[in-house]
Amino acid sequence: MVRRLGPLEVAAVATIALLALAALAPGVLAPGDPLAIDPLSSFESPSFAHPFGTDESGRDIYTRVVHGTGASLLIGLAATAIGIGLALAFGLLAGFGPRWLDFGTTRVIEVLFAFPGLLFALLFIVVYGPGVVTSTIAVGLSTAPGYARIIRSQVIRVRTSPYLEAATVLGRGRTARIVRHVLPNVAGALFVLATLGIGQSIVWASSLSYLGLGAVPPAAEWGAMLSAGRTYIASFWWMTFFPGLFIVLSAAATTLLGRSLQQNVRAS
Amino acid sequence: MAGSLTLDPSQLARAGGQRGRQSRWLRWLLLRLGGVVFVLWAVASVTFFALRLIPGDPAEAILGGPGSQASEEALAQARAHYGLDQPLATQYLVYLGRLAIGDLGSSYALRQSVVSVIGDTLGPTLVLAVLSLAAAVLIALTLAVWSTRGGRGAAALGSTLEIVAAAVPHFWLAISLILVFSTTLGWLPPVSVPGVAGLVLPVLTLAVPLAGFLGQVMREALLDAMESPFVLAARARGEGEGGLFWRHALRHAAIPAVGLVGWAFGSLISGAVVVETIFARQGLGRSLLSAVQSRDVPLVIGVVLVVALGYMLVTTLTDLADRLIDPRLNRRAQQA
Repeated sequence: MVRRLGPLEVAAVATIALLALAALAPGVLAPGDPLAIDPLSSFESPSFAHPFGTDESGRDIYTRVVHGTGASLLIGLAATAIGIGLALAFGLLAGFGPRWLDFGTTRVIEVLFAFPGLLFALLFIVVYGPGVVTSTIAVGLSTAPGYARIIRSQVIRVRTSPYLEAATVLGRGRTARIVRHVLPNVAGALFVLATLGIGQSIVWASSLSYLGLGAVPPAAEWGAMLSAGRTYIASFWWMTFFPGLFIVLSAAATTLLGRSLQQNVRAS
Repeated sequence: MAGSLTLDPSQLARAGGQRGRQSRWLRWLLLRLGGVVFVLWAVASVTFFALRLIPGDPAEAILGGPGSQASEEALAQARAHYGLDQPLATQYLVYLGRLAIGDLGSSYALRQSVVSVIGDTLGPTLVLAVLSLAAAVLIALTLAVWSTRGGRGAAALGSTLEIVAAAVPHFWLAISLILVFSTTLGWLPPVSVPGVAGLVLPVLTLAVPLAGFLGQVMREALLDAMESPFVLAARARGEGEGGLFWRHALRHAAIPAVGLVGWAFGSLISGAVVVETIFARQGLGRSLLSAVQSRDVPLVIGVVLVVALGYMLVTTLTDLADRLIDPRLNRRAQQA
């Protein structure tokens, strides 16, 4: 049974719906051109004509933020997918393979944990150079060990369950057991994990962009806008404030939704 | 005389138990230390081989990148000086041997030994991290206690505040704090200056998102503990609600929070990269960022190893603290 949604969850779902609209059809919310420059009206503070102000080339920041939603959310989604995909492979290997493989993968996860936070991402960027693609992969890689640990315990929970024992006794092969029993049973936990993780991925990817290691200007991507605005923080705060606000909004909304899903899963 | 020779059986048993407990602790400690050494070796090896994947000639990087147009002799000299003309296996063994005696080589960009660079920057970062962790625990605990004891409205508001705090990127929080407290109010300096005033904004920036995460976990643990059998038993014994909360439930809320300290350390180090850059504060994070930007391989390796070592120390200490707070863990280990 799904619990009735509280006002906070409604707000979170509405925010996500708006962000999805901005990602899929940015023209509806902001009809202007995100790359149109207007040197005469550069660095304008927020006003009626430019609700979020303008940047160094006179581009409208509101339009850019709305048009950047798709790319920014895509980076977060892709990084989460990479992290969870890798973690699922790890978790299945550890939970279903022979004992030595479980031992080996657990040690690998332990070693990866010793590159805490963004450290692994930074190392990855040193090797492969900065950019959108590398920073997305880097964020995915650095979130994988955390997911892997949770997925492994979930896989082991399913593996030791009576219904899986029954499937084994009935002579189902390993692949069939994984596809028919393990994956559907860990899917719920995976979904919650992914929802909780997207916010973190967006925040991390934008942090890398802010440091100049991810997406680069003049792309209308939140992280890139932040990186461009970094030079002008002291005098033109709106250049970094509004893209940042959207990062906070999307991360908070997805996390709220994830928490509420988690409570539903736990309650059922 | 005779009395001193007769041994009380109960005393003997206690001494045996003591020794058993000691050897158990010793075994645990040795296992942990072995784990630390293994992980450090693995981290060092992963880092060493990963950085060999960098395209381009390392000797060129040493001499200032592809744009420097270094002469062939200079390149050969650099290769010989850094041992890059040796076979990879030799380089790896030399590298491990140097690590074992604490020699991290010298930075390409700063022309200074990595150990001295880290020595200069580690202190300020540790001060920042420890203060931020303390502030985060204080904020999280206040929020968690207030929202579990303040009724439904407080619970909803508390959990929203925690989620929003956890979702705030460091750089954005830093900019917003500078905007409010430096640009508008003029209370605090926008860049890190020596003394307490320069620490307030960086510490707040690091502490708030961390407090959001810690608060969520603590509140859940508090609620769980308040409904657990031992609290019910204590309540049946006639303990007051206040005593229940402070003496029993809070201790249980500390367990998952202590478990998160290792993770928090990682988040603080990542945050330090951003915060030290924004507030122009000297530290390990800022050195790491500039090393990443200039592909200063020895410095990157050095910082990564120091952070990994710090992480392993923190997790070992928190495991130890876990065992001290929660005696069940020891008993479980005994049964196994």
